[in-house]
Amino acid sequence: MKMGKIGVSALRKEGYSKLTGAAKYIDDMQPEGSLYGTTVRSHVPRGVIKDIRFEGDIPWDEFVVVTAKDIPGENHVLLINSDQPYLAETHVNHREEAIVLLAHADKYLLEKARKHVKVEITPLEPVLTIEEARAQKEIVWGDDNHFKNFLVTKGDIDSVWAEADFIVEGEYETGAQEQLYIENNGMMARANAEEGVTIWGSMQCPYYVHKALRGLFNLPPHQIRIVQCETGGGFGGKEDYPSMIAGHAALLAWKSGKTVKIIYDRAEDMTATTKRHPSWSRHKYALTKEGIIIGMDLEFVIDGGAYTTVTPVVLSRGTIHATGVYKCDNIRIKAESVATNSPPHGAFRGFGAPQSIFALERHMDKVAKVVGLSPEELRRRNFIHPGDTMATKQVVRDNIDMDDLMDMAFKESDYHNKLKEFANQDSNARYKKGIGFASFLHGGGFTGSGEVFLASVVGVEATEDAKVRVLAASTEIGQGTRTVFSQIAADALGLECDDIEIAQPDTAAVPNSGPTVASRTVMVVGQLVQSACIGMKETLIQGGYLQESYSRSDFLRALSVYLSANGKLKTLAKYKAPKDLVWNDDTYEGDAYATYAWAVYVASVTVDTVTYETVVDDFVALQEVGKVINPTLAEGQIEGGVAQGIGFGIYEKVVWEEGRMRNNRMTNYIMPTAADLPPIRVFFVESENPHGPWGAKGIGELPMDGAAPAVLAAVENATGVAVNSIPMLPEDLMLAMDEAEEATCG
Amino acid sequence: MADAMKSEFEITVNGESKSVTTYPMGRLLDVLREDLGLTGTKEGCGEGECGACSVLMNGTLVNSCLVPALGAKNSKITTVEGLVPNGSFLDPIQRAFLEYGGAQCGICTPGMLMAAHNLLRRNKEPSREDIEEALAGNLCRCTGYMKIFESVVQALKNWETV
Amino acid sequence: MRANIPDYDMWSPASLDQALDALNMDPASNKPFAGGTDLMVLLEAGDLPPGRFMNLWDLNELRGVDISEKSVSLGALTTYEEIRANDFLSMNFPMLGSAARETGSLAIQNRGTLGGNIMNASPAADTPPALLVYDAQIEMESVTGTRTLPYSHFHLGYKTMQSQPNELLKKVRIPRSFEGWRGYYRKVGSRKAQAISKVCFAGNVKLVEGVVVDIRIALGSVAPIPLRCVDTEDALRGKPLTPGLIQNAIQTLEGEITPIDDIRSTATYRVRVSMNLLRDMLDSFVG
Repeated sequence: MKMGKIGVSALRKEGYSKLTGAAKYIDDMQPEGSLYGTTVRSHVPRGVIKDIRFEGDIPWDEFVVVTAKDIPGENHVLLINSDQPYLAETHVNHREEAIVLLAHADKYLLEKARKHVKVEITPLEPVLTIEEARAQKEIVWGDDNHFKNFLVTKGDIDSVWAEADFIVEGEYETGAQEQLYIENNGMMARANAEEGVTIWGSMQCPYYVHKALRGLFNLPPHQIRIVQCETGGGFGGKEDYPSMIAGHAALLAWKSGKTVKIIYDRAEDMTATTKRHPSWSRHKYALTKEGIIIGMDLEFVIDGGAYTTVTPVVLSRGTIHATGVYKCDNIRIKAESVATNSPPHGAFRGFGAPQSIFALERHMDKVAKVVGLSPEELRRRNFIHPGDTMATKQVVRDNIDMDDLMDMAFKESDYHNKLKEFANQDSNARYKKGIGFASFLHGGGFTGSGEVFLASVVGVEATEDAKVRVLAASTEIGQGTRTVFSQIAADALGLECDDIEIAQPDTAAVPNSGPTVASRTVMVVGQLVQSACIGMKETLIQGGYLQESYSRSDFLRALSVYLSANGKLKTLAKYKAPKDLVWNDDTYEGDAYATYAWAVYVASVTVDTVTYETVVDDFVALQEVGKVINPTLAEGQIEGGVAQGIGFGIYEKVVWEEGRMRNNRMTNYIMPTAADLPPIRVFFVESENPHGPWGAKGIGELPMDGAAPAVLAAVENATGVAVNSIPMLPEDLMLAMDEAEEATCG
Repeated sequence: MADAMKSEFEITVNGESKSVTTYPMGRLLDVLREDLGLTGTKEGCGEGECGACSVLMNGTLVNSCLVPALGAKNSKITTVEGLVPNGSFLDPIQRAFLEYGGAQCGICTPGMLMAAHNLLRRNKEPSREDIEEALAGNLCRCTGYMKIFESVVQALKNWETV
Repeated sequence: MRANIPDYDMWSPASLDQALDALNMDPASNKPFAGGTDLMVLLEAGDLPPGRFMNLWDLNELRGVDISEKSVSLGALTTYEEIRANDFLSMNFPMLGSAARETGSLAIQNRGTLGGNIMNASPAADTPPALLVYDAQIEMESVTGTRTLPYSHFHLGYKTMQSQPNELLKKVRIPRSFEGWRGYYRKVGSRKAQAISKVCFAGNVKLVEGVVVDIRIALGSVAPIPLRCVDTEDALRGKPLTPGLIQNAIQTLEGEITPIDDIRSTATYRVRVSMNLLRDMLDSFVG
């Protein structure tokens, strides 16, 4: 048996259906007799609901109308805290909070009716920013506007300041970012007392929706069925909010007895659903005169919006990544997540790490300046090495050499030559060129004991025509789950990818392999696919159906014979924590992640001093990722993540107006087009790694972390101006350059 | 306020003559998806910004969300469903997208294919800038466009070998 | 879709005369609809007032680019794509080509029309600054005949124009009188493609031995209308292009434009970039 399926670019499993338009997304389904559903929302960020009136020349008796009073079970979305209602009953805590649901067969009339539901709300003073929340201008959540705080300590931070040769402080901010998957959110539901509730829709995590709806309808697990349709991108944006929409569609279906479909339009998707958490960081470092960091004192605060959703977990990941790839003996990280009256912020690729790594990498550049070292040399003197401990006192066991990665990335980007060349630019030239980089890491899988609690399960079974079907709830959302699972299964069983079928995620048919988040699908779930396949193979061998050494046709024949004799064959694999990993949730100490992917990204830019526009000219993304299972898919992940990271840095700004996204259209929320991006050149370094199938590490989120700080460093190299807040639009760079000029002149 | 009446239109889609009954200001996009069941054409924004709804109308690339049904009367439309030549597996552009990773989540893909067709029918030696310009009206959030560019370049080679 | 589609009707006149008759009888029920790249966006957002629209797309009388000895005329329904593809226009009026190329995407350029760009009257439109610096004239047509007026007089205030309810924009005529002039067109948007202008700058200068013999400057997105900057032109016209004069002109421009903060940019940025672009243009002529 040969190892032929790993490390090759197997064709996308569902490629044919996507390329011919045959793939069915939720909005492509419209069963006969079904209704359209829509949502009436709050129009103030905080207030008390006084009255709901159904006005206008609308045949209201034709409509299905649902309010909080119609909810059969519990009126909150079960996730971490049970604080977010499906439908506000007495109070609203953000401007997009759902209050009334409507359904009708005529989608045009439905939209007309939506505008004629008048919800009278007595406004209360809202809290709209991190500062207002921390100052407790009003208490809008819990006792103190805080969802969750973490304190990570290592060594004795208070002792370092006296012996420091340099103390460098800085503040950094990142804005909200819209996931902007091109397929808007949508769900379809059928629900009645006999059959229970069935949901079809666009989502990342079928079992999250399953859990949420069990509470909403107070039904046993087998009476709730969640089916994922082809999903047009997620990036975290379809992690938690789909539970809300599924709940709404199901409530309308429950009341009407008909199938109800809710599809958000772009404007609604942008205003009402989650975005990346805005953040504020303060870093204060102590250094020796040699430029060795002896103390890192950090504050990291994120804005969670009106309800908890996934905020504590985002805070956790942001916190753990906040000291990055650097070694330091004395660390304190005070992390806070606060409540405001904006729609809840949620998951977005990177999950807190892009925010904290932006602050870290920008601060390292500032520190380098103060200490008198190059950004490169400061990093080299402080890189963490195998055997060193990270902020959580995790010992680095990855066989990593950041100096090596940096050498390779600098070679590919011609960093040193460009640095020299750009240093000799005409200072009066209109176009200024610069180069900058970021060095960073990203942990794969759930944090700490998260994977233990998830206890994911994957199954493989023989199909009726004696092939193999993988059973997992992990969703294909563009990243290549189906293809990679096929490769892993085919390789483990000695088969071809075409012999493997990947079951549609359907909670009635697949076990809970956990959510499709946290760069865990290949590394954690892929390993379970491998284990389950090995289990199937062992069953056949031990039953005497198959020799130890066999060919593809031997295996398929054995499967067929086994099926005839036994009716079915199904093996399950359940997550087992690696024995050497220890994590303490109370002290926030230990092995935060089984393994990390490590990277150095280099950006070259041109800044136009007439228009203050920044164009990224070249981008090198070099990373150590264990093992690449499918090079084309892996490169696609990195390229897409870098593009989103460049957007995060210099294009994508959410304009807030009283707690609502004002630029909620693709015309005004600016993501990069095909004409805006540089060549993104991807390089992988492979290494032995005991975690993940064939040592594959998680890479989904990694590329989101490094692009923005690398681009901003390049802008600083070009202009001499350090901008510490993103997105940095031309308007911001203009002001920063003005300030710098005033500082030097005045 | 106008009370529009539905009326009957003739329209040729992927070579087949069709008759639809709809409102004059209904969108071509909805005619294709809802009246004709051709759901390969996608809606991403409804305002001509994302390009997911791109189709060829009388040979030119249009956003079907911005074309009123009346404006499409008697026109010839090509959608993604009409790309695969009779008896083939995929056309050269689709094949390149499959082999070179041009499609990820797939939602921008039908529109992207139409935009690529619009380019490659006219320009058999596109520069990088030509490709960027030709695809700039089609937003993709998954790929960062790199694999799409590669697919388009490769599609030309596929074409030569057809 | 946030509009109730049955509230919107549309019909297609068979000829320009029929369209003008209808417009004359009942302009409110025959709202002109060309490529739809603006109106359909408003419709989607639920921001288009309900009513009955008149589909102009098939009126061949409003199409075509005609070149005569003295001028070139473009039918109101000339698309951006047709402008781009026209070799004569590219050679003789390159700024118009640039404006067309930088408007929307190719799919938009296939449907969007020059007439629509003018009549939609957005101060951020990309072709008006180019038309203004080329001394464009426009022909308004109604049942009573043709009225010709300089485009620079057309926009009166935000979305208000010198047009009568019974008139249709028929043609845009550009004089072929700019031989030896130098053009400068720069659209500053939020990204390289598919962007709405933050500032759109067009300049057209006749420079003889360092003296500004004549000049046109027009900007978009810096005032309620596409703005011809006559004060700045006056500051430069007839004078040798010295550093002092350039500085003076830049200050004049600063006083002449009145941009606002909006969803796309800030007034401060727009003023500064407008000034920078003027300097860049004049510097490029000196250098």
